[in-house]
Amino acid sequence: MSKNVVIIGNGIAGVTAARYIRKWSDFNITIISAETKHFFSRTALMYIYMGHMRYQDTKPYEDHFWEKNRIDLIHDRVTGIDAAGKSLSLEQGNAINYDVLIIATGSKSRFFGWPGQDLKGVQGLYGIPDLEAMETYTKDINRAVVVGGGLIGIEMVEMLHSRNIPVTFLVRETNYFEHLFPLEESQIINQEIRDHHVDLQLQTELKEALGDNDGRVRAIVSSKDEEIPCQFLGLTTGVAPNIGIVEASDVETNRGVLVDEFLQTNMPDVYAIGDCAEFREDGIGYRRIDQLWYTGRHQGKTVARTICGVQQRYNPPLFFNSAKFFSIEYQTYGTISAKPEEGIETLLWISDRKKELIRINYRKDNQQVVGFNLLGIRFRHALCEKWLLEKRTIDYVLTHLAEANFDPEFYKKYEPELVATYNRQNPDNPVQMAPKKGVLANIFG
Amino acid sequence: MQRYDVTFQLTSPTAKFTAMERVGMVILGLGLLTWVVALWGIGIDQPALMFWGGLAAIATSAFIYFQRYLNRPAGINNDGVWLNSAMAGVKGLVGWTLGIVFTGFYIILYWQDAWLANFVTIFEPLSQLLRNQPADKWFMYGTLYTLAVLIMGVRMLYKYRHNKYQILRTISVMFFQLGFAFLIPSLLVMFNQPEFYFSYFWPLKYDYLWPSSIDWLTGSGKLGVFMVFWGGLMFFLATPILTFFYGKRWYCSWVCGCGGLAETLGDPFRHLSDNSVKAWKYERYIIHGVVVFVVVTTALLWTNSATSGAVLGQASASFSKWYGFLIGLIFAGVVGTGFYPIFGNRVWCRFGCPMAATLGMLQKWFSRFRITTNGGQCISCGNCSTYCEMGIDVRWYAQRGQNIVRSSCVGCGVCAAVCPRGVLKLENGPREHRYNGPVLIHNDRVSVVLDDDWQAETKGMMPVHQEDIPVLTDSDWKGMG
Ligand SMILES: Cc1cc2nc3c(=O)[nH]c(=O)nc-3n(C[C@H](O)[C@H](O)[C@H](O)COP(=O)(O)OP(=O)(O)OC[C@H]3O[C@@H](n4cnc5c(N)ncnc54)[C@H](O)[C@@H]3O)c2cc1C
Ligand code: SF4
Ligand code: SF4
Repeated sequence: MSKNVVIIGNGIAGVTAARYIRKWSDFNITIISAETKHFFSRTALMYIYMGHMRYQDTKPYEDHFWEKNRIDLIHDRVTGIDAAGKSLSLEQGNAINYDVLIIATGSKSRFFGWPGQDLKGVQGLYGIPDLEAMETYTKDINRAVVVGGGLIGIEMVEMLHSRNIPVTFLVRETNYFEHLFPLEESQIINQEIRDHHVDLQLQTELKEALGDNDGRVRAIVSSKDEEIPCQFLGLTTGVAPNIGIVEASDVETNRGVLVDEFLQTNMPDVYAIGDCAEFREDGIGYRRIDQLWYTGRHQGKTVARTICGVQQRYNPPLFFNSAKFFSIEYQTYGTISAKPEEGIETLLWISDRKKELIRINYRKDNQQVVGFNLLGIRFRHALCEKWLLEKRTIDYVLTHLAEANFDPEFYKKYEPELVATYNRQNPDNPVQMAPKKGVLANIFG
Repeated sequence: MQRYDVTFQLTSPTAKFTAMERVGMVILGLGLLTWVVALWGIGIDQPALMFWGGLAAIATSAFIYFQRYLNRPAGINNDGVWLNSAMAGVKGLVGWTLGIVFTGFYIILYWQDAWLANFVTIFEPLSQLLRNQPADKWFMYGTLYTLAVLIMGVRMLYKYRHNKYQILRTISVMFFQLGFAFLIPSLLVMFNQPEFYFSYFWPLKYDYLWPSSIDWLTGSGKLGVFMVFWGGLMFFLATPILTFFYGKRWYCSWVCGCGGLAETLGDPFRHLSDNSVKAWKYERYIIHGVVVFVVVTTALLWTNSATSGAVLGQASASFSKWYGFLIGLIFAGVVGTGFYPIFGNRVWCRFGCPMAATLGMLQKWFSRFRITTNGGQCISCGNCSTYCEMGIDVRWYAQRGQNIVRSSCVGCGVCAAVCPRGVLKLENGPREHRYNGPVLIHNDRVSVVLDDDWQAETKGMMPVHQEDIPVLTDSDWKGMG
């Protein structure tokens, strides 16, 4: 018997689910999405505007992929879910029946009701329509303001910067990304932003946006009562699950679509994955709502297994993430909290030019390493993960650190300096680095 | 929400030229003018002045323009690449114009060299100095080629000044072009020795293993005998050994002059290489076809020589002539470089070079080289695939956590450089696990191990180790057949 699996949303979550369902079953698979017909990489949006890539370059699969793998694509908007009758209504096309439904509708930009937020030239950055609007409203302008010190905010700043548009960047906190970054990391990024001649204003919020006669933004007023002229205002103060159509249905929602550890909603055969899903309980995902590319991917795969007949609990891999702040790459593995934690010791090394940083956190009591933060240096994901899972001590990790380095060949190696720092701090218990050998054997062995 | 059409056009960032850059453009114009008027014989009674004057102007303007890279913090800078009509390839007017100019130059060089006679005279002083011989069109061409590698090499050094791999590799190709492909051959001529390129071997320099060349070299004295020995040593011994340890990059991205031009003059065009499966299909037919052609030609020539021409007579000679014409000339020159602005900077290396094909087979099956993928970090953004000059869909592998082991990869390292998440690393390592399964799976396996209940829950259902099975093969997913 061939089931009809219907997926709303062709982002990483929905597409991963479709791919694995196809691998593991012969079900009919249909993906409905409003934004674009084909899956593209949302994380690459900035590069389209910056001219590094065209839209078609951000599509992870060539267009013939879908037909070849018998995944039907419908470029339309779902307007309603009838969970009892197991059908969906579409804006343009006819209603569609499903046996299994996966809701993967992603997020939408979140604004906070500022006066003037509906003016022309005021927008967030989430999808292709935002990119189009940005294209229109940043033409020939002489200043822009971006509000919100998160990952999308700095991307928007970088985009504007690439077009030689002067930017003022308002960040509410004392330092950029302070809620997730320890102080030193934040300070390095503050400096990186300023090195690119961006007007970074910390501890500053948006009060209101002022319009001109045509209803287009002409300036903003900051919390310091300063009026900053601008013809474009980027609001990157977070995203929220995009669940309008779900709220109107029998599927239970809170901030997102509520799911259990099997990514199942309250309605039979209806699942939710990716940015739009919210766990009913803590401790299933990293947080109740995990808005990450990687978690969307993992949830897609998990749900595919369940749908293909093996009840699979969602069980995310050890936490990791990465980003890039202008020219500084960031990688993190395990747990690094923003504020110093009781019982956790930190080993920190920062390069003289203050563009590279290695932080390794470990427990005071048993020396077990709990997390890595890296700026401007790449470490091997698989190896760091292995060490963390094997609960390796700081001594062990430092001894073998050379194997973790993933920087391109001939790059300066900073690990000896880190080890030297450790030895200065722990003169009684010095560590000696082992010569680099058998990296791959170490990972796979 | 409406349905969006994604064909919208992006506009170019306003090209703001600094005052200095404007001065640079005037200087460039004057430099080019100096050389162009020489075509009509103007000023050729002062060849040294014309040559050095023109060169100084062109080089100066280039360095002024390259300051753009120094004026911003070091790091990947591909801003506006697709928004710039020169670089946007087929769509760009400037791209087409450049393509026509490059191709036109080769056509004139090969078939209308009389038009260049005056221009060649301005190379006379340099030719006398280096070779003690009058300049000819090939010396002119070699000089321009070397200058292009050197000047655009400096651009590479500026652009990638944060990346030591790129710096060393660029210095290396500049060194080999200047020394081994230009100065040494010139000096050999000066000392009445055979003009020999120590950095080119069969099958790229196809005639180095042809009986006629071997006769000619061995007949020219001790040095000639050494040259034959060198050619054999490099092809039969050094090539397999170096490729085993480092992959084909030791040659294609560090030594070869064609690669050198592609990496320097060609760098602004690298994103134009088509990375579709279709292109890959053509590539494999064409490049392996060329290898067959060169092997057959060489074999025919040897058979002919062994039988004193009794068996094949003129047939092998005309076969070799055709190889020389079609591959050595049309493909390597006219298409290979002329089409940079249309098909990307490695057209020749990718579709035509028999050396690349040979090295590629070694690389794929007998090498320690691979591009390692860093766990689950890929965000499928596509920068790697876009900037891969060999048109490899790097992302296809990276997003599955799979190492990249492809015969065409020249190890330029640009995919690793442009990746915003630090996902890729060029490595030489043990051969086991080189072709790994997707590491993304690894994460699942780990979480399975972590979760004690899991076994109980799934008892009687899918066995745990099946988690490892889903390796999507190319034929499954891309229909490569
Ligand atoms: C600019 C930007 C940069 C980012 N960078 C990173 C990063 O570097 N690393 C990282 O981990 N994460 C990053 N993220 C977050 C990451 O992109 C998201 O977590 C991920 O894309 C969410 O995937 P998804 O499949 O859940 O949803 P989405 O990708 O949002 O896909 C949902 C799709 O559903 C469609 N849809 C919604 N409602 C309907 C409807 N009613 N009918 C039909 N279709 C509908 C939408 O049009 C959309 O195409 C970034 C996000 C943005 C915006
Ligand atoms: S795969 Fe990477 S290293 Fe190989 S040719 Fe392409 S860009 Fe260069
Ligand atoms: S490997 Fe890097 S550049 Fe390539 S798609 Fe993945 S994240 Fe992007």
